[in-house]
Amino acid sequence: MLIQTVNLTKAYSLGHQVVHALQGVSLNIAAGEFVAVMGPSGSGKSTFMNLLGCLDRPTAGDYRLGHEEVSQLSSDELAAVRNRKIGFVFQHFNLLARTSALDNVALPLLYSPLPPQEHAERARRCLAQVGLADRFNHHPTQLSGGQQQRVAIARALVNDPILVLADEPTGALDSQTSVDIMNLLQSLNRKGMTIVLVTHEHDVAAFASRIVTFRDGRVIEDSLNTPNDHGNMPPQIMKPFVLSMIFVRRPKGVGKKQGSQYLPFGSCLEAIL
Amino acid sequence: MRLTAILRIALHALRINKMRSALTMLGIVIGVAAVIIMIAIGNGASAKVEDQVRSLGSNIILILSGSALSGGAKGGSGSQPTIFEEDATALSKEASLIQAAAPTLRGSGQVIFGNANWSTTFYGTTPDYLEVREWNVIEGRAFEAFEVQGAAKVALIGQTVAKNLFGDTSPLDQIIRIRKTPLTVIGVLDRKGQSMMGQDQDDIVLMPISTARNRVLGATQARSKSVGSIMVKVRPNEDMAAAEAELRTLLRQRHRLQPEQDDDFFVRNLSEILEAQEAASKVMAMLLAAVASVSLLVGGIGIMNIMLVSVTERTREIGLRMAVGAKRQDILAQFLIEAVTLSLIGGLIGILLGIGGAFLVGALAEWPTRLSSMAIVLAIGFSATVGVFFGFYPAKKASQLLPIEALRYE
Repeated sequence: MLIQTVNLTKAYSLGHQVVHALQGVSLNIAAGEFVAVMGPSGSGKSTFMNLLGCLDRPTAGDYRLGHEEVSQLSSDELAAVRNRKIGFVFQHFNLLARTSALDNVALPLLYSPLPPQEHAERARRCLAQVGLADRFNHHPTQLSGGQQQRVAIARALVNDPILVLADEPTGALDSQTSVDIMNLLQSLNRKGMTIVLVTHEHDVAAFASRIVTFRDGRVIEDSLNTPNDHGNMPPQIMKPFVLSMIFVRRPKGVGKKQGSQYLPFGSCLEAIL
Repeated sequence: MRLTAILRIALHALRINKMRSALTMLGIVIGVAAVIIMIAIGNGASAKVEDQVRSLGSNIILILSGSALSGGAKGGSGSQPTIFEEDATALSKEASLIQAAAPTLRGSGQVIFGNANWSTTFYGTTPDYLEVREWNVIEGRAFEAFEVQGAAKVALIGQTVAKNLFGDTSPLDQIIRIRKTPLTVIGVLDRKGQSMMGQDQDDIVLMPISTARNRVLGATQARSKSVGSIMVKVRPNEDMAAAEAELRTLLRQRHRLQPEQDDDFFVRNLSEILEAQEAASKVMAMLLAAVASVSLLVGGIGIMNIMLVSVTERTREIGLRMAVGAKRQDILAQFLIEAVTLSLIGGLIGILLGIGGAFLVGALAEWPTRLSSMAIVLAIGFSATVGVFFGFYPAKKASQLLPIEALRYE
């Protein structure tokens, strides 16, 4: 297992009140999975993502990433783990302003032991990988939202991480661009990258191969999903399609290919809606 | 993380906010420039005092003849002839700490050459006088011991006298008259400038003491070999107080004074006055530097202010850097180096401006300024310190942000 959490718990105090954001989450994610984490606000999904991303430490429970137990590491050790093993994609891209795409992508390398002369080469390779080979010297303001998110994805990949965490990566994008970005993430996943994604939107989650739903700090649902290539699908039929995925709960262990049998149901739903 | 990488980040961040960086630096620029200019002015003033010490002839002790007591009223120094040419000779020969002693007879009067005339002060003295006062003859020659013995009718004249009597023509071998005595000009003295008291030291005629006594001053002085004063030069690097004690003992012996009797002469030590003046100018320099340092301090606070704003403004950047692997000390180093770079660049510009400003002050206000390399080194050190000191708090604040909160910051 790439990710193994056992009884992961996070509580924090807001004034006199103790908020139990996460109440014992045990979840395993294998290498190569594409997991969508869903749930309403306050469900604990963001807290879970922060713990997965080693940005925060759990109050209790264990978290094993790769072969390393990381739940009790110091903040500097966590920084090193983030640098070596995790790539982050954020909702608002979080690119450095007035800094070229190349330098933005190379940012994580600054904090890695990699010799500086290799930085530019690796950043270039990653930018080419996300289809921005001709935008090396553009600043974020000279790029569209989708291009900015591509730069951010290239930045997430530049350190050869074992896990990419995407926190609402399409939250600030229009629907067509969202599809582009999700296609990009999906293709990365197909090349073997493990991706965990947080989203509100079912049509975004539909790109994942597994959907984990949180509520009140617990996992209430964990189901496999048949990811489809939505790239060529008109957006208007996507929504009901994804709805069908959610409404029709699939029994555990059902393979990807069988998922396609729900498609007609989705079309029915569209007709109803 | 490598220093060059951090330095690049810092320079990049400063370039992004050019206007703000420039304005922040301005505080340090003005502070450093002010310190350098002020120290230059202060040093210039001290140097001027030192020059005056030198122009008077450093380590000089003046011996004046004692005062006459007539009917209970003391006559002031010089009113009674108590010191003599022989005293001067004895001082230069017998006192171990004394290099030279020149007896002088002072008088004033009209100097006439052709149809030009000039009122001046003349001194009858020995060749030692020039040595004591470290005064050179730039044209012609000084008078010699045999001319003193023979009361030769020769004279040395100062620059002011030369200018007023001769204009641009050479005064050498011309005959001037003082109190009807014709004297041949054999030399012109180098320019000495003003004394500390504002007297023109170049307004002077020197002649052999015998000439002054017997030919110029006439009968009143001719009877004895008394002199008005003896100018004594202490050997270099000898203690003034010790030399003063030595000459006092020697003179008391020569004048056969009993232990209970007061000195029948006065001793004036010029260095005391000069030291006081020098101390005063040093205090002034310190004061100026202190006032200027206040502006450096204010500049430092400006840096802290801007760095705090910058940390708040870049909270998300800090969060991002932490998310992609920056350790606390990386963030600390980044902001600290940014502050230090800001203050060092400001310091360097300040130094250039300070050097330029000091020259300008020197040229426009005609104040003597003297740049001190010490002040420049100090200014660099101080501005770096200011950067570290005032940059540390904001940098520390930045490094202690929590990555999740920094990332979420709006």
